[in-house]
Amino acid sequence: MRPYRVLFIFIAWSLVAGATGFVPTATGADPQLLASSCSGCHSSSDALVTTIPRIRGLPEPVLLEALHAFRNGQRRATVMDRIAKGLTDDEIRQLAAYFSGRR
Amino acid sequence: MRHPTRRQFLGLAAALAGAALPRRAAGQASARVVVVGGGFAGVTCARFLHRAGGRLQVTLVEPNATFTACPFSNAVIAGLRAIQDQTFGYEAVRAEGVALVQAPATGIDPQGRTVRLADGGTLAYDRLVLAPGIDFRWDAIPGYGEAAAGRMPHAWKAGEQTLLLRRRLEAMADGGLVVIAAPANPFRCPPGPYERASLIAHYLKGRKPRAKLLLLDAKDSFSKQSLFTAAWKQLYPGLLEWVPLSKGGRVTAVDANAGTVSTEFEKYQPAVANIIPPQRAGRIADLAGVADRTGWCPIDPVTFESRLQPNVHVIGDAAIAGAMPKSAFAANAQAKVCALAVATLLRGEPPQEPLLLNTCYSLVAPDYGISVAGVYRPREGQLAEVAGAGGTSPAHGPPQDRALEARYAEDWFRIITHEVFG
Repeated sequence: MRPYRVLFIFIAWSLVAGATGFVPTATGADPQLLASSCSGCHSSSDALVTTIPRIRGLPEPVLLEALHAFRNGQRRATVMDRIAKGLTDDEIRQLAAYFSGRR
Repeated sequence: MRHPTRRQFLGLAAALAGAALPRRAAGQASARVVVVGGGFAGVTCARFLHRAGGRLQVTLVEPNATFTACPFSNAVIAGLRAIQDQTFGYEAVRAEGVALVQAPATGIDPQGRTVRLADGGTLAYDRLVLAPGIDFRWDAIPGYGEAAAGRMPHAWKAGEQTLLLRRRLEAMADGGLVVIAAPANPFRCPPGPYERASLIAHYLKGRKPRAKLLLLDAKDSFSKQSLFTAAWKQLYPGLLEWVPLSKGGRVTAVDANAGTVSTEFEKYQPAVANIIPPQRAGRIADLAGVADRTGWCPIDPVTFESRLQPNVHVIGDAAIAGAMPKSAFAANAQAKVCALAVATLLRGEPPQEPLLLNTCYSLVAPDYGISVAGVYRPREGQLAEVAGAGGTSPAHGPPQDRALEARYAEDWFRIITHEVFG
């Protein structure tokens, strides 16, 4: 990272944090960026019928519960248990909100 | 409450950007982004750049009219799949509004910010994304060059080489010896040589049961090792033998005309030899000055911007992406993060820290799939794997889970190729 960018982010951050008490999370707050890897397996197209579940448009509580259950091992999975263990509570909330709002 | 706060943050940040940064592309009607390389990484990035806000003018440079995908090409080698199922065109990419330039890129001028094309033309860019994949180190194994690959295929770029290896196996008499040489790390598709060995063993078991497969390896451990070795013991006992580095597995020379493959201890005369040579970033990375002494490209883990050249981003197999493997899934994931970061930078906003995932499936047999997954975040300038997450399929998973993972593998391929090329 070049020095000017570090300085710039530092200034922006301290101004915002100072003004609002807001502290950005480690992964930032852009749900599209956070969710970007997911479409590698969960299709964003209606054209495909696959065994891998579609997650777009599912109710937010369903997605929330599923991700939490994958993370704490209560729900059996082949891969999602391993993935969900790397997500924070806040990221799970953001992902559930993002995918429930997608059509 | 997250959204107003974020907007507030970005609003302030954008205002600051105007004061603190030279306003280059920000505010212009359309910034120009050139993407070089039409594989999983490049095509994904071009399309997501095109869809990103900011009316970017996106050009994809790719000399070939079609792309042949490597994932699942081992199934083609084993006669389980047609090469047509691996081949994709660029019609949808073009139809979406990405300008496609069908010519080889022959040079980059990072100062003048132009890409030179083989036909003499140039493309100017505000930001450049390089997704050149891999090239082979033809000088790494004495005797193994481009000509030798016509007799001893690498089949590590899918297409004619894939079919050549398949034909060689089909032409081999029962009782023949097959040798696969796997390179040291890092290389494209870490579990690939072991999936290939598995599926070739599956082919031999059914068609040439007296044949033998030797997997000569330049390393002592490999991806999903315990899962592969357990499955080999169960499915291919006596047929498939792995020779690690410490037992003389590293291939030191080949003689394509004589048909011999040499290690420190042995000289083999296989009926079919598959030499997977050591690799480096695709040549254009070198020409752009973004590859370091390792032959690969160091990048910023937030934006995938080169550590060596400003305004040039590198994604996919060519990049040094920390703990992320060189896989099609990783290439696709990196491409989306890079596209969003480039669009953000061109708007004059600060990029946000990404979260990246990887999932790699391997087939040990047509109905026996295993996987490795990972979750990655930038940490101390690298993409680091999140501890406690990821890892491989369980060691003693039930057969129905192996069958399910084989099914998921196929679904994953359909889904990702649809996202990239569909």
